[in-house]
Amino acid sequence: MAGQNTPQKSMQTSLGKVRGLGSARKGVSHWWMQRLSAMGMIPLVIYMVIALVTTMGNDYINAVAWLQSPINATAMLLLLGTGFYHASLGLQVIIEDYVSNENRRLLAMVVVKLSMTGLAALSMFSVLSIALA
Amino acid sequence: MADQRPLSPHLMIYKPQLTSIMSITHRATGAALSAGSLLVVWWIVALASGAEYYSFVQSIIASWFGQLVLFGFTLAIFYHLSNGIRHLFWDFGYNLTIEGVHRTGYMVLASTVILTALTWALVILA
Repeated sequence: MAGQNTPQKSMQTSLGKVRGLGSARKGVSHWWMQRLSAMGMIPLVIYMVIALVTTMGNDYINAVAWLQSPINATAMLLLLGTGFYHASLGLQVIIEDYVSNENRRLLAMVVVKLSMTGLAALSMFSVLSIALA
Repeated sequence: MADQRPLSPHLMIYKPQLTSIMSITHRATGAALSAGSLLVVWWIVALASGAEYYSFVQSIIASWFGQLVLFGFTLAIFYHLSNGIRHLFWDFGYNLTIEGVHRTGYMVLASTVILTALTWALVILA
């Protein structure tokens, strides 16, 4: 190969080299999306814990009124969407690590992905039905 | 054939260490929070279903068992949150030394206890 003894510095970035690799040709996207959703979750989780502890209380009227504020409803929707996405990515890695049988692994993956999507849809629809009531 | 392949690492022959225990706990709390999300969904669906069903769910949450589950939930949240931030620092290249891993490990344990205690102090005072 020409230039074998005079290695040239590649202009390709480290990220560029791994894009599209991996068994599913997804490259680093799973890893990156898990971190991105994690960073999104930090303020959302803190906001929701503080909200649940300080303002919501046990009262139905208060809880509904709290969720009808646009900021709170948006925070809750983002938390649920990001949370179930993050959970889906995390559970996927656990299954990939511990379920060695290919059929069982595929089945577990389908169950996890579908149930996380279903739970996200159900909870987000419920939030919207309260917020838009 | 895939089932015949050796498993690695063989966890049982290692002495438990702060690093390994905290690593598997991050996974365990992640899985537990995923399971616990069912309760969050249940609570939100209850809120959308009206006052009567919501008060029924609230009465279960208020029971000693409900409070125990909620306590475990907050513990898992704060551990996974704190240790997740530790992971993000590693991803940016910080604290990737034995000393750094141990120091931040103890910081995560402390922050888990403090945040959980703070939250429940506010719950009790409110």
